[in-house]
Amino acid sequence: MIRKIAVLGGITKSGVRETLRMVEIYPGEIVAVVGPTGSGKSQLISDIEYWADGDTPSRRQIQINDQVPAEFAVETSLRRLVAEISQNMNFVIDMSVRDFLLLHAESRHIENALEVAKAVVDCANQLTGEPLMMDDSLTALSGGQSRALMVADVALLSNAPIVLVDEIENAGINRLSALRLLAGRGKVVLVVTHDPLLALLADKRIVMQNGGMAKLLTASPSEKALAGRLQKIDAVLCELRERIRLGGELTPEAIKEVTWPDAQRVSA
Amino acid sequence: MRLVIVAGPPATGKTSVMLHTLRHILTDKIRVAVCKIDCLETSDHSTYRRLSLPVMVGLSDYICPDHFYVSNLEEIFAWGEKQQAEILVVETAGLCHRCAPGIKGCLSICVVDNLSGIDTPKKVGPVLTTADVVVVTKGDIVSQAEREVFRRRIEMVNPAAHVLEINGLTGQGALRLKKVVLASPSIEGVEGRELRYPMPSAVCSYCNGETVIGSRYQMGNVKKIVYREVSND
Repeated sequence: MIRKIAVLGGITKSGVRETLRMVEIYPGEIVAVVGPTGSGKSQLISDIEYWADGDTPSRRQIQINDQVPAEFAVETSLRRLVAEISQNMNFVIDMSVRDFLLLHAESRHIENALEVAKAVVDCANQLTGEPLMMDDSLTALSGGQSRALMVADVALLSNAPIVLVDEIENAGINRLSALRLLAGRGKVVLVVTHDPLLALLADKRIVMQNGGMAKLLTASPSEKALAGRLQKIDAVLCELRERIRLGGELTPEAIKEVTWPDAQRVSA
Repeated sequence: MRLVIVAGPPATGKTSVMLHTLRHILTDKIRVAVCKIDCLETSDHSTYRRLSLPVMVGLSDYICPDHFYVSNLEEIFAWGEKQQAEILVVETAGLCHRCAPGIKGCLSICVVDNLSGIDTPKKVGPVLTTADVVVVTKGDIVSQAEREVFRRRIEMVNPAAHVLEINGLTGQGALRLKKVVLASPSIEGVEGRELRYPMPSAVCSYCNGETVIGSRYQMGNVKKIVYREVSND
């Protein structure tokens, strides 16, 4: 049972001690990792996935419940603790959703496989606007449907307590609900993102710079207040995207119909 | 010298995986040499040379690369010693995977990829089932669920193997392979050592360059197909 993950600071790309000496993450928390290209976001994610023990280029150490990973569990079990979801992932198996979920359940020795499979599909359908069916072919799912199914599968079937998410796009899947679902299952969720909505949803925000963890931010009350407005703007953009997708046109009238969130305050 | 054999289906990322792993090994100032066995042509040696390593290429031409590899192992080993290598990596490009290049007492690595389909672990054969380490690549582009199923399938056919997921593009996971390579035994020579799995005696007229089709042109070890009805359910 994981009660806490701690990232103990190592060195930056210049070889000096990184500013943050320790970041602690608890189950149910969402942590955003932000920073420009080359700032070390991927290294941080890969340190966690690898259970670094001072032996990666960053010299960081990851601890589970205040123990070094090797004391916490044997290597093969450690690897099962982490699940990853990214925008680049696809389903490549030519199978129906049902058969695949049953196969996955079987590989994890789950007994009530069909029930769990149904729960995964129901869960996925709460995340995507385009419902998917048990009989659908995996490879024919849309990007949004695939992502929704991957998230639901990680939440309910994979059962890894730590989830690493690499920037999921806002198409066909409600990202906020997806992250909340994962965190709600008591998982540690790390999300690499530049999206203000996701960054503000996170409980903590690690700012990466020159390979090191430079700052740890928590969303301030004013940022939290802004998050609500951003969500409305996001909803407007989603609505416009939906119109385009269904072959509509964005006439000035159509745009007027959308409810703009507090337009003046946003522009100000 | 540690002898490390790397094998696996084409285009799974054998060279990329080894490049990332060797880069980590070279930071410890360990001397490494690489031998690449291929059939007709290879450019992998220039990829390895980017690490400023001694690299040797063996092209098997009209001979099966696995048979070519095993009949040249002594020479390859001697070359590695001449380079004063502490680790000699031999990357082979087996074709049909009925052969496995693994040698008893030497580290044997098999590289497969997540894109090749979940039945692959069953189909690849001895090269996978006799390996000490099975490296799985391309995990960054398939779903977590598929990775888990794929890994399970590998563990079913080779329960003793160390299954490592490595990203051939970024090198994520390659440090684990470095640890395994450094922990592998050092050997004095290859003469008298045994292959882990016998190589099939596939010496027929086509191995020897015959191009014309028909029983009249077939000599040597020829096996004819046994028809089996395949039902539709």
